Amino acid sequence: MKQRMSPAHWAGFVVILVWCLLPVVWILMVSLKPVGETTTGSPQFFPKDWTVQNYKDIWDNHDFLRALGNSFGIAVIATLLAVVFATLAAYAIARLEFRGKRVVLSIALAIAMFPVVSLVGPLFDMWRVLHLFNTWPGLIIPYMSFTLPLAIWTLSAFFREIPWEMEQAAQVDGATSWQAFRKVIVPLAAPGVFTAAILTFFFAWNEFVLAISLTSTTAARTVPAQMSFFVGSDQFNPPYSQLAAAAVIVTVPVVVIVLLFQRKIVAGLTAGAVKG
Amino acid sequence: MTETVVAPRPTPAPAPARASDRSIAENRLGLKLVAPAVVLMVLVTAYPMLQALYLSLFKYRLTVPDDKSFTGLGNYATVLGDSLFWKDMLNTVIIMIITVAIELVIGFAFAMVMHRIVFARGVMRTAILIPYGIITVVSAFAWQFAFSLNNGFVNGWFKWLPWISSDTNWFGDHWHAMFAIMASEIWKTTPFMSLLLLAGLSQISEDMIEAAKVDGATWTQRLVKVILPNMRAAIMVAVLFRALDAFRIFDNIFIMTRGAENTESSSFLTYRQVIEQFQLGMGSALSVLLFLSVLLIAYILVKLFRVDLAQARQEA
Repeated sequence: MKQRMSPAHWAGFVVILVWCLLPVVWILMVSLKPVGETTTGSPQFFPKDWTVQNYKDIWDNHDFLRALGNSFGIAVIATLLAVVFATLAAYAIARLEFRGKRVVLSIALAIAMFPVVSLVGPLFDMWRVLHLFNTWPGLIIPYMSFTLPLAIWTLSAFFREIPWEMEQAAQVDGATSWQAFRKVIVPLAAPGVFTAAILTFFFAWNEFVLAISLTSTTAARTVPAQMSFFVGSDQFNPPYSQLAAAAVIVTVPVVVIVLLFQRKIVAGLTAGAVKG
Repeated sequence: MTETVVAPRPTPAPAPARASDRSIAENRLGLKLVAPAVVLMVLVTAYPMLQALYLSLFKYRLTVPDDKSFTGLGNYATVLGDSLFWKDMLNTVIIMIITVAIELVIGFAFAMVMHRIVFARGVMRTAILIPYGIITVVSAFAWQFAFSLNNGFVNGWFKWLPWISSDTNWFGDHWHAMFAIMASEIWKTTPFMSLLLLAGLSQISEDMIEAAKVDGATWTQRLVKVILPNMRAAIMVAVLFRALDAFRIFDNIFIMTRGAENTESSSFLTYRQVIEQFQLGMGSALSVLLFLSVLLIAYILVKLFRVDLAQARQEA
């Protein structure tokens, strides 16, 4: 079926790898340069003196550690809740006939295109009154509603592929309905749910507009927001290499997830787009 | 295979002629199951949007809350009469058009290579997914450092190009800064585009392309006459989502220039009015205008290019 690899494809392969990975390697290199080197200017790609001092420094930076904790907590809670609600909704969309199904999908689609920044003003105003400003729930709630569309689309596409008749088949073979659900349906549905969780987590981990607008201190500030306010002792010479070290640290979880689950992520991202 | 050509849809609704107990119960259960998600989505977007609509009619600054007074459409008149609003809108539209156009070309090239490549598909997919997963703020910092006058490698590596020298200041004027911003935006979001295009590409039957080849079609003819028309839906969906996403550009600009050198986007202007200047009334008017712009762009793309929304089941 497939043609033999031509030199053009080889070249394409190399170009793609370099394009995708060069900025990541670059930020890693900056993070390994001593602070003094970046302050005086260090335009070369590799560090002159390799050091891990920046990582030690950032590990002693309490603001950064708190932000890291906030990011993890908020992203994980928002992901769990969004996936639970999305699973219920996607199950209904994939398996049941009910009026308003198309409306639900349209709402989800509209929200996926919603300009998040439009919410900054009203939410800022409302959250102050409701005492949600600068709290975890103040970010978790909007994150959930913005990740639900993606989770619902992905999950309903996955659920539609599940051979649900197998549940009945298992019951005919003598399984109780709980056994049929746990031993047959759960293993089939789990990969889809898991994929939706990964994509949701990426969204919450990445979100920036609400993170800087609805927080004011490290009580709820997430890493992207904290990084944008990162200034060292000297305001005019920000410690670039420390910033780079922080960037590498927040990138590690993403790279690990991608390495472990790339197949699932690709399936999830493209599931709804073309499959019926 | 015929299923895939037609717009995918949830299982077609059977004719609901008779409302049996069973179908009533199913209807009820369905509504119950989607309710939490729908309530949450609507509550967090529709309600604040109405709130914004209401606030936009007032002169309302948080620092002087007692001075809240009704101005009708006054805020809208001020915004629409301000050249800054139109400048930022122009920047946003320029960024949207250029990034989406370039991403479409690069993304398509990536998809073609990925589709044809026989070995190391895993490595390739992993590499392509890494920019997708990386935080936009981190991408912005990486590119800002790369273009930096004192700490960047770009000037050193590319000074053989006639328009780049070792002291090119990428954040010193409008177009250079816009270039840097767009580079980061394109790098971060092309993977998503190429995956969607790859999915569309793999739907085209090899037989059809083979047949065209047997009939003597050149590579270009096969691309233009067979591959592209059959991928139309996938391309349009990818463009729609990326265009609306690019229109909301914020993170990259915030990190790389903070709007200096006239690189501010509409989102950034809205943010600045609300969060930095506490102009809730004016900021709300901007929020509403931004929302309407997104609707307008979506409408234009859907109508003009006849995007099949049934296929549009992806995130932005």
